[in-house]
Amino acid sequence: MMPNDFAYDRPATAAEAVRLFGSFDAKGKSPMYYSGGTEVITFGRLGLVRTGAVIDIKGIPECRALGYVQDDLVLGAGLSLTEVEEANPFPLLSKTSGGVADRTARNKITLGGNVCGRIFYREAVLPFLLADSDVVLAGASGWRRLPIRQVFRGEMQLGQGELLLGFLTSRSYLSLPHVHLKRRQQWKTGYPLVTAAALRKDDRLRVAFSGVCPFPFRSAEMEEALNARGVAPAARIDEAVRRVPALVLNDVEGSAEYRLFVLRNALADIVDAIGGE
Amino acid sequence: MRLSVNGEERNVQSRAADTLLQVLRGQLGLTGSKPGCLNGDCGACTVTVDGIAMKSCLMLAVEAEGRKVTTIEGLRGMPIQQAFMENFAFQCGYCTSGFIMNAHALIASRPGASDEEVEEWLASNICRCTGYREIEAAVKSCLHGGVRSQDD
Repeated sequence: MMPNDFAYDRPATAAEAVRLFGSFDAKGKSPMYYSGGTEVITFGRLGLVRTGAVIDIKGIPECRALGYVQDDLVLGAGLSLTEVEEANPFPLLSKTSGGVADRTARNKITLGGNVCGRIFYREAVLPFLLADSDVVLAGASGWRRLPIRQVFRGEMQLGQGELLLGFLTSRSYLSLPHVHLKRRQQWKTGYPLVTAAALRKDDRLRVAFSGVCPFPFRSAEMEEALNARGVAPAARIDEAVRRVPALVLNDVEGSAEYRLFVLRNALADIVDAIGGE
Repeated sequence: MRLSVNGEERNVQSRAADTLLQVLRGQLGLTGSKPGCLNGDCGACTVTVDGIAMKSCLMLAVEAEGRKVTTIEGLRGMPIQQAFMENFAFQCGYCTSGFIMNAHALIASRPGASDEEVEEWLASNICRCTGYREIEAAVKSCLHGGVRSQDD
Protein backbone atom coordinates (compact mmCIF):
# COMPACT_ATOMS: atom_id res chain seq x y z
CA MET A 1 0.00 0.00 0.00
CA MET A 2 1.25 3.46 -0.77
CA PRO A 3 1.64 5.35 2.51
CA ASN A 4 0.24 8.63 1.25
CA ASP A 5 -2.76 9.35 -0.92
CA PHE A 6 -2.68 11.73 -3.88
CA ALA A 7 -5.04 13.53 -6.19
CA TYR A 8 -5.60 11.87 -9.57
CA ASP A 9 -6.54 13.70 -12.76
CA ARG A 10 -6.83 12.47 -16.30
CA PRO A 11 -6.90 15.52 -18.57
CA ALA A 12 -8.02 15.29 -22.20
CA THR A 13 -5.53 17.82 -23.57
CA ALA A 14 -1.86 18.61 -23.14
CA ALA A 15 -2.71 22.22 -22.28
CA GLU A 16 -4.98 21.05 -19.46
CA ALA A 17 -2.27 18.69 -18.18
CA VAL A 18 0.28 21.48 -18.07
CA ARG A 19 -2.22 23.80 -16.39
CA LEU A 20 -3.01 21.15 -13.77
CA PHE A 21 0.69 20.61 -13.13
CA GLY A 22 1.20 24.31 -12.53
CA SER A 23 -1.81 24.50 -10.24
CA PHE A 24 -0.75 21.52 -8.12
CA ASP A 25 2.83 22.74 -8.09
CA ALA A 26 1.73 26.14 -6.77
CA LYS A 27 -0.05 24.35 -3.92
CA GLY A 28 3.12 22.46 -3.01
CA LYS A 29 1.74 19.08 -4.13
CA SER A 30 4.92 17.98 -5.98
CA PRO A 31 2.84 16.76 -8.95
CA MET A 32 4.02 14.07 -11.32
CA TYR A 33 2.95 13.17 -14.81
CA TYR A 34 1.71 9.60 -14.79
CA SER A 35 1.90 7.36 -17.82
CA GLY A 36 2.30 3.62 -17.14
CA GLY A 37 2.85 4.57 -13.52
CA THR A 38 4.89 1.50 -12.61
CA GLU A 39 7.66 3.52 -10.98
CA VAL A 40 5.22 5.84 -9.19
CA ILE A 41 3.50 2.79 -7.68
CA THR A 42 6.54 0.66 -6.85
CA PHE A 43 8.74 3.50 -5.59
CA GLY A 44 5.76 5.11 -3.88
CA ARG A 45 5.10 1.93 -1.89
CA LEU A 46 8.69 2.02 -0.65
CA GLY A 47 8.54 5.72 0.16
CA LEU A 48 11.11 6.54 -2.51
CA VAL A 49 8.66 8.70 -4.46
CA ARG A 50 6.20 11.00 -2.77
CA THR A 51 3.70 13.05 -4.69
CA GLY A 52 0.48 14.83 -3.78
CA ALA A 53 -0.96 14.68 -7.28
CA VAL A 54 -0.58 12.53 -10.37
CA ILE A 55 -1.68 13.68 -13.81
CA ASP A 56 -2.45 10.71 -16.03
CA ILE A 57 -1.45 11.54 -19.60
CA LYS A 58 -3.09 8.56 -21.29
CA GLY A 59 -6.23 10.55 -22.07
CA ILE A 60 -4.27 13.03 -24.20
CA PRO A 61 -4.61 12.10 -27.89
CA GLU A 62 -1.06 13.18 -28.80
CA CYS A 63 0.32 10.87 -26.11
CA ARG A 64 -1.49 7.94 -27.75
CA ALA A 65 -0.41 8.75 -31.33
CA LEU A 66 0.87 5.93 -33.49
CA GLY A 67 1.13 6.85 -37.15
CA TYR A 68 2.84 9.07 -39.66
CA VAL A 69 2.88 12.81 -40.17
CA GLN A 70 4.41 13.54 -43.55
CA ASP A 71 7.72 11.72 -43.48
CA ASP A 72 7.91 11.11 -39.75
CA LEU A 73 6.78 8.22 -37.62
CA VAL A 74 4.97 9.63 -34.60
CA LEU A 75 4.91 7.62 -31.38
CA GLY A 76 3.09 9.00 -28.35
CA ALA A 77 4.70 8.87 -24.93
CA GLY A 78 1.67 7.07 -23.51
CA LEU A 79 1.88 4.02 -25.79
CA SER A 80 2.67 0.84 -23.92
CA LEU A 81 5.81 -0.98 -24.92
CA THR A 82 3.75 -3.93 -26.16
CA GLU A 83 1.64 -1.64 -28.32
CA VAL A 84 4.86 -0.43 -29.95
CA GLU A 85 6.16 -3.98 -30.32
CA GLU A 86 2.98 -5.29 -31.88
CA ALA A 87 2.54 -2.40 -34.33
CA ASN A 88 6.26 -2.75 -35.11
CA PRO A 89 6.77 0.41 -37.21
CA PHE A 90 10.41 0.65 -36.10
CA PRO A 91 11.87 -2.85 -35.73
CA LEU A 92 14.93 -1.78 -33.72
CA LEU A 93 12.65 -0.04 -31.24
CA SER A 94 10.43 -3.13 -31.03
CA LYS A 95 13.42 -5.29 -30.21
CA THR A 96 14.89 -2.87 -27.71
CA SER A 97 11.66 -2.18 -25.86
CA GLY A 98 10.83 -5.89 -26.06
CA GLY A 99 13.83 -6.52 -23.82
CA VAL A 100 12.47 -4.36 -21.00
CA ALA A 101 11.05 -6.16 -17.94
CA ASP A 102 8.59 -8.90 -18.92
CA ARG A 103 5.66 -9.16 -21.30
CA THR A 104 2.90 -8.38 -18.79
CA ALA A 105 4.85 -5.49 -17.28
CA ARG A 106 5.34 -4.11 -20.80
CA ASN A 107 1.56 -4.01 -21.16
CA LYS A 108 1.73 -1.23 -18.55
CA ILE A 109 5.14 0.38 -19.00
CA THR A 110 4.99 3.15 -21.59
CA LEU A 111 7.48 4.58 -24.02
CA GLY A 112 7.56 7.95 -22.28
CA GLY A 113 7.66 6.41 -18.84
CA ASN A 114 10.63 4.25 -19.72
CA VAL A 115 12.58 7.11 -21.29
CA CYS A 116 11.78 9.50 -18.43
CA GLY A 117 12.08 6.87 -15.69
CA ARG A 118 14.18 6.98 -12.58
CA ILE A 119 15.48 3.46 -13.16
CA PHE A 120 18.50 4.41 -15.13
CA TYR A 121 18.50 1.80 -17.89
CA ARG A 122 15.87 3.69 -19.96
CA GLU A 123 16.55 1.29 -22.83
CA ALA A 124 13.75 2.52 -25.10
CA VAL A 125 15.68 5.71 -25.71
CA LEU A 126 18.52 3.96 -27.54
CA PRO A 127 16.84 3.64 -30.98
CA PHE A 128 15.70 7.26 -30.82
CA LEU A 129 19.25 8.42 -30.11
CA LEU A 130 20.53 6.38 -33.05
CA ALA A 131 17.83 7.62 -35.42
CA ASP A 132 18.31 11.32 -34.62
CA SER A 133 14.67 11.44 -33.55
CA ASP A 134 12.94 14.54 -32.27
CA VAL A 135 10.78 14.88 -29.18
CA VAL A 136 7.73 17.07 -28.76
CA LEU A 137 7.38 18.76 -25.40
CA ALA A 138 4.43 20.70 -24.04
CA GLY A 139 4.97 23.45 -21.50
CA ALA A 140 3.35 26.57 -20.14
CA SER A 141 4.52 28.59 -23.14
CA GLY A 142 3.38 26.07 -25.74
CA TRP A 143 4.87 23.15 -27.61
CA ARG A 144 8.40 22.75 -28.86
CA ARG A 145 10.06 20.18 -31.09
CA LEU A 146 13.69 19.42 -30.32
CA PRO A 147 16.30 16.84 -31.32
CA ILE A 148 16.35 14.14 -28.68
CA ARG A 149 20.14 14.39 -28.41
CA GLN A 150 19.66 17.95 -27.23
CA VAL A 151 17.11 17.00 -24.58
CA PHE A 152 18.37 13.60 -23.44
CA ARG A 153 21.74 13.76 -21.75
CA GLY A 154 21.77 10.61 -19.67
CA GLU A 155 18.25 11.51 -18.64
CA MET A 156 15.55 13.78 -20.03
CA GLN A 157 16.26 17.44 -19.33
CA LEU A 158 12.71 18.73 -19.00
CA GLY A 159 11.68 22.10 -17.68
CA GLN A 160 9.49 22.31 -14.58
CA GLY A 161 6.03 21.13 -15.57
CA GLU A 162 7.10 20.24 -19.09
CA LEU A 163 5.41 17.18 -20.56
CA LEU A 164 6.89 14.74 -23.08
CA LEU A 165 4.18 14.17 -25.68
CA GLY A 166 6.01 11.86 -28.05
CA PHE A 167 8.76 11.05 -30.52
CA LEU A 168 9.16 11.77 -34.24
CA THR A 169 11.46 9.64 -36.34
CA SER A 170 12.19 10.03 -40.03
CA ARG A 171 11.00 7.11 -42.15
CA SER A 172 14.50 6.90 -43.61
CA TYR A 173 15.76 5.37 -40.36
CA LEU A 174 13.05 2.85 -39.68
CA SER A 175 14.27 -0.05 -41.82
CA LEU A 176 18.02 0.38 -41.71
CA PRO A 177 20.22 -2.62 -40.90
CA HIS A 178 20.32 -2.91 -37.14
CA VAL A 179 21.32 -5.03 -34.17
CA HIS A 180 19.92 -5.23 -30.66
CA LEU A 181 21.77 -7.19 -28.00
CA LYS A 182 20.86 -7.57 -24.37
CA ARG A 183 23.34 -9.46 -22.22
CA ARG A 184 22.22 -10.36 -18.71
CA GLN A 185 24.03 -12.05 -15.87
CA GLN A 186 21.45 -14.83 -16.03
CA TRP A 187 17.88 -15.64 -17.11
CA LYS A 188 15.94 -14.04 -19.91
CA THR A 189 14.20 -11.39 -17.84
CA GLY A 190 15.92 -8.73 -15.80
CA TYR A 191 18.29 -5.85 -15.89
CA PRO A 192 21.18 -5.92 -18.35
CA LEU A 193 24.90 -6.11 -17.97
CA VAL A 194 24.99 -4.50 -21.38
CA THR A 195 22.23 -3.52 -23.76
CA ALA A 196 23.50 -2.40 -27.14
CA ALA A 197 21.58 -1.03 -30.08
CA ALA A 198 23.25 -0.36 -33.41
CA LEU A 199 22.23 1.04 -36.78
CA ARG A 200 24.13 1.16 -40.03
CA LYS A 201 23.52 4.50 -41.78
CA ASP A 202 25.45 5.85 -44.78
CA ASP A 203 28.00 3.07 -44.41
CA ARG A 204 28.75 4.01 -40.82
CA LEU A 205 27.91 2.25 -37.60
CA ARG A 206 25.96 4.07 -34.91
CA VAL A 207 25.93 2.53 -31.45
CA ALA A 208 24.17 3.30 -28.18
CA PHE A 209 24.30 1.52 -24.85
CA SER A 210 22.49 1.01 -21.59
CA GLY A 211 23.81 -0.82 -18.56
CA VAL A 212 27.45 0.10 -19.21
CA CYS A 213 27.41 3.38 -17.30
CA PRO A 214 24.74 4.64 -14.88
CA PHE A 215 22.93 6.27 -17.80
CA PRO A 216 22.18 5.34 -21.44
CA PHE A 217 24.34 7.01 -24.03
CA ARG A 218 25.34 7.29 -27.66
CA SER A 219 28.98 8.22 -28.01
CA ALA A 220 30.38 10.04 -31.05
CA GLU A 221 33.90 9.16 -29.86
CA MET A 222 33.14 5.44 -29.72
CA GLU A 223 31.50 5.60 -33.15
CA GLU A 224 34.53 7.38 -34.57
CA ALA A 225 36.76 4.58 -33.33
CA LEU A 226 34.45 1.86 -34.61
CA ASN A 227 34.27 3.43 -38.07
CA ALA A 228 38.01 4.10 -38.46
CA ARG A 229 38.99 3.14 -41.99
CA GLY A 230 41.96 0.90 -42.53
CA VAL A 231 42.10 -0.33 -38.94
CA ALA A 232 41.55 -3.98 -38.06
CA PRO A 233 38.16 -4.69 -36.39
CA ALA A 234 39.74 -5.90 -33.13
CA ALA A 235 41.80 -2.72 -32.82
CA ARG A 236 38.75 -0.56 -33.56
CA ILE A 237 36.76 -2.34 -30.87
CA ASP A 238 39.62 -1.96 -28.36
CA GLU A 239 39.76 1.74 -29.07
CA ALA A 240 35.96 2.10 -28.80
CA VAL A 241 36.00 0.39 -25.41
CA ARG A 242 38.74 2.77 -24.26
CA ARG A 243 36.41 5.64 -25.17
CA VAL A 244 33.48 4.65 -22.94
CA PRO A 245 32.42 8.12 -21.77
CA ALA A 246 32.14 7.60 -18.00
CA LEU A 247 32.93 5.22 -15.16
CA VAL A 248 31.67 1.72 -15.90
CA LEU A 249 29.04 0.31 -13.56
CA ASN A 250 30.35 -1.99 -10.87
CA ASP A 251 27.40 -3.51 -9.03
CA VAL A 252 25.52 -6.68 -8.17
CA GLU A 253 24.74 -7.32 -11.83
CA GLY A 254 28.43 -7.46 -12.69
CA SER A 255 31.82 -5.95 -12.04
CA ALA A 256 33.16 -3.14 -14.21
CA GLU A 257 35.80 -5.48 -15.57
CA TYR A 258 33.22 -8.08 -16.54
CA ARG A 259 30.96 -5.47 -18.10
CA LEU A 260 33.83 -4.29 -20.30
CA PHE A 261 34.44 -7.90 -21.32
CA VAL A 262 30.75 -8.23 -22.25
CA LEU A 263 30.81 -4.86 -24.03
CA ARG A 264 33.82 -5.91 -26.09
CA ASN A 265 32.05 -9.09 -27.19
CA ALA A 266 28.85 -7.18 -27.95
CA LEU A 267 30.78 -4.79 -30.18
CA ALA A 268 32.40 -7.71 -31.95
CA ASP A 269 28.97 -9.20 -32.62
CA ILE A 270 27.70 -5.85 -33.93
CA VAL A 271 30.66 -5.38 -36.25
CA ASP A 272 30.27 -8.94 -37.43
CA ALA A 273 26.55 -8.50 -38.13
CA ILE A 274 26.33 -5.07 -39.74
CA GLY A 275 29.87 -3.72 -39.81
CA GLY A 276 30.13 -4.28 -43.52
CA GLU A 277 33.46 -6.07 -43.32
CA MET B 1 -15.73 4.96 -8.21
CA ARG B 2 -17.46 2.35 -10.40
CA LEU B 3 -15.58 -0.64 -11.70
CA SER B 4 -16.70 -3.32 -14.12
CA VAL B 5 -15.41 -6.56 -12.67
CA ASN B 6 -16.27 -10.02 -13.96
CA GLY B 7 -19.23 -8.61 -15.87
CA GLU B 8 -20.71 -6.76 -12.90
CA GLU B 9 -20.75 -3.03 -12.19
CA ARG B 10 -19.42 -2.51 -8.67
CA ASN B 11 -19.25 0.63 -6.54
CA VAL B 12 -16.09 0.96 -4.50
CA GLN B 13 -14.73 3.49 -2.05
CA SER B 14 -10.99 3.81 -2.38
CA ARG B 15 -8.12 6.22 -2.36
CA ALA B 16 -6.65 7.31 -5.68
CA ALA B 17 -3.38 5.77 -4.49
CA ASP B 18 -4.92 2.30 -4.01
CA THR B 19 -3.87 -0.33 -6.47
CA LEU B 20 -6.35 -2.45 -8.37
CA LEU B 21 -5.10 -5.46 -6.40
CA GLN B 22 -5.93 -3.79 -3.08
CA VAL B 23 -9.44 -2.89 -4.22
CA LEU B 24 -10.17 -6.31 -5.72
CA ARG B 25 -9.16 -8.07 -2.55
CA GLY B 26 -10.03 -5.57 0.18
CA GLN B 27 -13.16 -3.95 -1.23
CA LEU B 28 -14.67 -6.60 -3.47
CA GLY B 29 -13.54 -9.73 -1.65
CA LEU B 30 -12.02 -11.18 -4.81
CA THR B 31 -9.05 -12.84 -3.17
CA GLY B 32 -8.10 -15.06 -6.09
CA SER B 33 -5.62 -12.42 -7.25
CA LYS B 34 -2.67 -12.97 -4.94
CA PRO B 35 -0.34 -10.40 -3.40
CA GLY B 36 3.16 -11.66 -3.96
CA CYS B 37 6.03 -9.27 -4.51
CA LEU B 38 3.79 -6.17 -4.89
CA ASN B 39 6.54 -4.96 -7.20
CA GLY B 40 5.46 -6.23 -10.63
CA ASP B 41 7.92 -9.11 -10.61
CA CYS B 42 6.05 -12.28 -9.68
CA GLY B 43 2.77 -12.08 -11.61
CA ALA B 44 0.67 -13.70 -8.85
CA CYS B 45 -1.77 -10.77 -9.02
CA THR B 46 -2.35 -10.95 -12.79
CA VAL B 47 -5.83 -10.10 -14.05
CA THR B 48 -7.05 -9.03 -17.46
CA VAL B 49 -8.14 -5.49 -18.27
CA ASP B 50 -10.00 -5.23 -21.56
CA GLY B 51 -8.53 -8.65 -22.33
CA ILE B 52 -4.94 -7.57 -21.72
CA ALA B 53 -2.94 -9.27 -18.96
CA MET B 54 -2.08 -6.78 -16.24
CA LYS B 55 -0.31 -7.09 -12.93
CA SER B 56 -2.92 -5.60 -10.65
CA CYS B 57 -0.24 -4.45 -8.19
CA LEU B 58 1.08 -2.17 -10.93
CA MET B 59 -2.21 -0.50 -11.72
CA LEU B 60 -4.19 2.04 -9.76
CA ALA B 61 -7.82 1.05 -9.31
CA VAL B 62 -8.84 4.43 -10.67
CA GLU B 63 -7.09 3.59 -13.95
CA ALA B 64 -9.51 0.70 -14.41
CA GLU B 65 -12.60 2.90 -14.47
CA GLY B 66 -14.46 2.41 -17.74
CA ARG B 67 -12.57 -0.78 -18.54
CA LYS B 68 -13.52 -4.43 -18.15
CA VAL B 69 -11.60 -6.20 -15.39
CA THR B 70 -11.61 -9.99 -15.21
CA THR B 71 -10.18 -11.92 -12.29
CA ILE B 72 -9.76 -15.64 -11.79
CA GLU B 73 -13.23 -15.68 -10.19
CA GLY B 74 -14.65 -14.49 -13.51
CA LEU B 75 -13.35 -17.34 -15.64
CA ARG B 76 -15.68 -20.09 -14.42
CA GLY B 77 -14.61 -23.30 -16.11
CA MET B 78 -12.47 -22.13 -19.00
CA PRO B 79 -10.41 -24.75 -20.84
CA ILE B 80 -7.17 -23.43 -19.35
CA GLN B 81 -8.48 -24.14 -15.85
CA GLN B 82 -9.28 -27.73 -16.79
CA ALA B 83 -5.88 -28.01 -18.48
CA PHE B 84 -4.12 -26.97 -15.30
CA MET B 85 -5.88 -29.76 -13.41
CA GLU B 86 -5.24 -32.39 -16.07
CA ASN B 87 -1.57 -31.47 -16.29
CA PHE B 88 -1.01 -31.16 -12.51
CA ALA B 89 0.18 -27.63 -13.26
CA PHE B 90 0.29 -26.45 -9.66
CA GLN B 91 1.88 -27.43 -6.40
CA CYS B 92 1.29 -24.92 -3.59
CA GLY B 93 -1.12 -23.05 -5.88
CA TYR B 94 -0.18 -19.52 -4.89
CA CYS B 95 0.96 -18.51 -8.37
CA THR B 96 -1.78 -20.46 -10.16
CA SER B 97 -4.41 -17.77 -10.63
CA GLY B 98 -1.82 -15.37 -12.05
CA PHE B 99 -0.50 -17.97 -14.47
CA ILE B 100 -4.03 -18.89 -15.54
CA MET B 101 -5.04 -15.28 -16.17
CA ASN B 102 -1.91 -14.63 -18.20
CA ALA B 103 -2.39 -17.86 -20.16
CA HIS B 104 -6.07 -17.06 -20.69
CA ALA B 105 -5.09 -13.72 -22.27
CA LEU B 106 -2.51 -15.47 -24.43
CA ILE B 107 -4.93 -18.14 -25.65
CA ALA B 108 -7.64 -15.59 -26.38
CA SER B 109 -5.40 -13.20 -28.29
CA ARG B 110 -2.99 -15.64 -29.92
CA PRO B 111 -4.60 -19.05 -30.22
CA GLY B 112 -1.81 -20.16 -32.55
CA ALA B 113 1.04 -18.87 -30.38
CA SER B 114 4.48 -20.25 -31.12
CA ASP B 115 6.65 -21.92 -28.48
CA GLU B 116 8.73 -18.74 -28.33
CA GLU B 117 5.65 -16.64 -27.67
CA VAL B 118 4.50 -19.02 -24.94
CA GLU B 119 7.90 -18.78 -23.28
CA GLU B 120 7.93 -14.99 -23.57
CA TRP B 121 4.47 -14.65 -22.04
CA LEU B 122 5.00 -17.14 -19.24
CA ALA B 123 8.26 -15.45 -18.26
CA SER B 124 6.04 -12.76 -16.69
CA ASN B 125 5.10 -15.13 -13.85
CA ILE B 126 7.14 -16.91 -11.22
CA CYS B 127 6.37 -20.31 -9.67
CA ARG B 128 8.41 -20.78 -6.51
CA CYS B 129 7.61 -24.51 -6.61
CA THR B 130 9.21 -24.56 -10.09
CA GLY B 131 6.34 -26.36 -11.76
CA TYR B 132 7.12 -24.76 -15.08
CA ARG B 133 7.12 -27.86 -17.25
CA GLU B 134 3.60 -28.79 -16.22
CA ILE B 135 2.38 -25.19 -16.58
CA GLU B 136 3.87 -24.98 -20.06
CA ALA B 137 2.21 -28.26 -21.01
CA ALA B 138 -1.15 -27.06 -19.74
CA VAL B 139 -0.94 -23.84 -21.72
CA LYS B 140 0.22 -25.54 -24.91
CA SER B 141 -2.62 -28.07 -24.66
CA CYS B 142 -5.06 -25.17 -25.11
CA LEU B 143 -3.36 -23.66 -28.15
CA HIS B 144 -3.78 -24.56 -31.81
CA GLY B 145 -7.37 -25.61 -31.18
CA GLY B 146 -6.27 -27.89 -28.36
CA VAL B 147 -4.84 -30.42 -30.79
CA ARG B 148 -1.25 -30.36 -29.56
CA SER B 149 -0.17 -32.95 -27.08
CA GLN B 150 2.24 -32.41 -24.22
CA ASP B 151 5.00 -33.93 -26.31
CA ASP B 152 4.72 -31.45 -29.20
